[in-house]
Amino acid sequence: MRPSRPLLLALLALPASAALAVEPGTLAKLASDDSDAKIAAIRQLAASADPGAVRVLQALSEGALAVAGGKVVVVEGDRVLDAATLAEIRPPPPDRDTVIANNRMRRELGGVLAALRLLDPDRKVRLAAAQEVTRALSPVSAPLVERALTTEKDPEIRSILETAQAESTLKNPDPAARRSAVKALGASSSPRVRALLARLLDEHAEPDAGVRREAKAAVDAIDARLAWGELVGRIFSGLSLGSILLLAALGLAITYGVMGVINMAHGELLMVGAYSAVVMQALFRRYFPHAFDFYVVAAIPVAFGAAALVGVVMERTVIRFLYRRPLETLLATWGLSLVLIQAARAVFGPQNADVANPSFMSGSVTPIPNLVLPLNRIAIIGFSLGVLAVVWGLLNRTRLGLFVRAVTQNRAMASCVGVSTGKVDTAAFALGAGIAGLGGLALSQIANVGPDMGQGYIVDSFMVVVLGGVGQLAGAVGAALGLGVVSKFLEGWTGAVIAKIAVLVFVIVFIQKRPQGLFAMRGRSIEA
Amino acid sequence: MDSALRRPALPRLAAPWPRASWLGLAAYGLIAFGLLPTLHLLTPVGSLLHVSDFTITLGGKIMCYAIVAVALDLVWGYGGILSLGHSLFFALGGYGFGMYLMRSIGREGVYQSDLPDFMVFLDWKKLPWYWHGTSHAAWALFLALAVPALLAAIFGLFAFRSRVKGVYFSIITQALTYAAMLLFFRNETGFGGNNGFTDFKRVFGLPITAPSTRVLLFMATAAALLASVLGTRYLVRSKFGRVLTAIRDAEARVMALGYDPLRYKLAAWTLSAVLCAAAGALYVPQVGIINPSEMSPANSIEIAIWVAVGGRGTLIGPVVGAALVTLAKSFLTTAYPEFWLFFLGLLFILVTLFLPEGVIGLGRRLWRKGTA
Repeated sequence: MRPSRPLLLALLALPASAALAVEPGTLAKLASDDSDAKIAAIRQLAASADPGAVRVLQALSEGALAVAGGKVVVVEGDRVLDAATLAEIRPPPPDRDTVIANNRMRRELGGVLAALRLLDPDRKVRLAAAQEVTRALSPVSAPLVERALTTEKDPEIRSILETAQAESTLKNPDPAARRSAVKALGASSSPRVRALLARLLDEHAEPDAGVRREAKAAVDAIDARLAWGELVGRIFSGLSLGSILLLAALGLAITYGVMGVINMAHGELLMVGAYSAVVMQALFRRYFPHAFDFYVVAAIPVAFGAAALVGVVMERTVIRFLYRRPLETLLATWGLSLVLIQAARAVFGPQNADVANPSFMSGSVTPIPNLVLPLNRIAIIGFSLGVLAVVWGLLNRTRLGLFVRAVTQNRAMASCVGVSTGKVDTAAFALGAGIAGLGGLALSQIANVGPDMGQGYIVDSFMVVVLGGVGQLAGAVGAALGLGVVSKFLEGWTGAVIAKIAVLVFVIVFIQKRPQGLFAMRGRSIEA
Repeated sequence: MDSALRRPALPRLAAPWPRASWLGLAAYGLIAFGLLPTLHLLTPVGSLLHVSDFTITLGGKIMCYAIVAVALDLVWGYGGILSLGHSLFFALGGYGFGMYLMRSIGREGVYQSDLPDFMVFLDWKKLPWYWHGTSHAAWALFLALAVPALLAAIFGLFAFRSRVKGVYFSIITQALTYAAMLLFFRNETGFGGNNGFTDFKRVFGLPITAPSTRVLLFMATAAALLASVLGTRYLVRSKFGRVLTAIRDAEARVMALGYDPLRYKLAAWTLSAVLCAAAGALYVPQVGIINPSEMSPANSIEIAIWVAVGGRGTLIGPVVGAALVTLAKSFLTTAYPEFWLFFLGLLFILVTLFLPEGVIGLGRRLWRKGTA
């Protein structure tokens, strides 16, 4: 069934319109009534890998293959082509019998067509085909995969195909062939291959002890290689979560530090920031489609400004009047969050909005085979470090920052020496809200944007503030990144839910030991 | 008032009440135990005087909520501890009694198995250990009250011992509830996952949807509410209540006077959790379903708004608040569903800004103005 290699290469070079390079009887068999004969013909056509054959098979799967006047023809809209030459028949023959493909043939066709796409000039098509074909390698597609490997240059596609090929060899009845396949697979670093090999460790799956030994060695080798990638991957996803937490918690830490109130609508400020990204995206798509990628950059000031504006309105109309009643502020700001959520629902609709990554943030880098670092997450880590630097400078190098720190430490004293605490409150609230808006912008690049996206973040951000201690930038950073990494590691061992509970228990126990956070401020107040 | 403190409990209980209280009590008893049950059972459906199933269930629901509101008022209004996790205790009580209700479905479930349907669905072969004995109503009721009490006691011990308070405490209770909700959403937890418990058939051997059962549950709830209000009233007027209120106002001074705030806070906190659990256990057979969304943080915070609307630090306030907000919700979510969240949000804002003492406080102020 396998044509020789030189012939194949010659076939691939043929122009699309040339005659089919298969035995003339093949096409007739395709139109016969016998399913077995039909399937044999399909395989034969597939093995030829001729672009014309692809067209014929495609037509068959779409029900566009027919028999007319003793010839097999391809029907394309109004035109009728001779299947053997792909030349148009004029005038179109009046009567046509469509060739019916039954389910068995369709299955066969699906695999074959996917395998044939492996020879497509477009890399994306080949990659998709490789992933589809290797999910289930059939006897038909196996030779096609082998052939594709002779010409394939792309390392990603190559590795997928090679793995698939070794996988299919694992089913070979000859133990020696299996053993060499296992050996070849041992060089892989893919978690999928590891799972495959691990299955061979079982006596029922693999009768030959030699192959089992080889598989054990291969699994160990892969594990050793995977362990590093996994560790780095965990730390990376922890840092990525931590940087989002940091952006969410920085603003909360500032407002809580200055005014002693927890803003339950803080998560909704994230939502405002995320919807700013949605709006900017829509504006850019409409008016500056050629500069679409820059919508993210343009959204930075917009997200900050919009969230800060909402924050100032909240502070001026509600929170200011609840000064010294922190528990009631909790309720009032919860009310604000409900109103904001419902308002977002009314304006943008209840479903999640689509946010596209700009091209420079989509894709990923793969330093180790099992370590995929998405660019958007890397960008977010960098972004939050940048925001952190700006906030640090603002708090420690400007007059406003000095006032904010003064009010945080001792409101009455600051007021006595002439700090206008009311103005500082508003400014701090605007700053905190704006940072939350930036956090929302960052979130929009990696998570769903919806009216109630902010709800889950208030507790997590508060945990960061509790752990980090009030008014301590260093504490917030340590707590955010630490919590992010710890919860990602716990998630790996115990699952997300148990990890959440464990983090909560940890925070409660932590407060027992250090009620004032990681980095306690020295003070003399008893009611800290 | 000082003399009241020194008198022993029984004479104090029997001390004369103001006439308004007697009148209110009589009216409550007449309506809850006489009028509504009679009209529901004895008048024909469709008649002008008939009280529908819906009304009786809604009334039962409101009274359950009122018990929870009274429980929260005990710790928030009198102890200054705002819990955003009371729905957890409520739901745990509901789940506890729900276990009994699930077991008493027997083989009448969809799969006709001794196991609850969701376990058959998960392909479990036997009951998890914590389900043992739940076919006995008494044990299930004990669990429904004891588990939340134990959880509250342990959590409270840790939190109060390190003097976690104010917004710290509130947010941590919210986190606790949130974590518990995630836990109960999992199928492996053994409480029906997403769907929770439903499709109950009977309670104490009675068919659960029969009008007479409905009325019995309604009256039991009414009695529980009465007991909660009177019990809490007794408690907050006792020395215990005085110390609790003092801790709310100035914890450091109370400590300087030689009291240990931990004991008082912990006792009030645990009692409050038990009240919530009892309300939850009464709630589930009446509404016929319990699922993890009952313990969502949003539900917990709604309890706080019931108390705030009615008036903190009064005992009738939470009852009134729970009734008003629940009725408004029942009306608005059917009539104007898109406005309900706006309404609720504004209620949170406006009540905290303009009605710090709730409608009861407002009423009292107006009353005083009128008489003065």
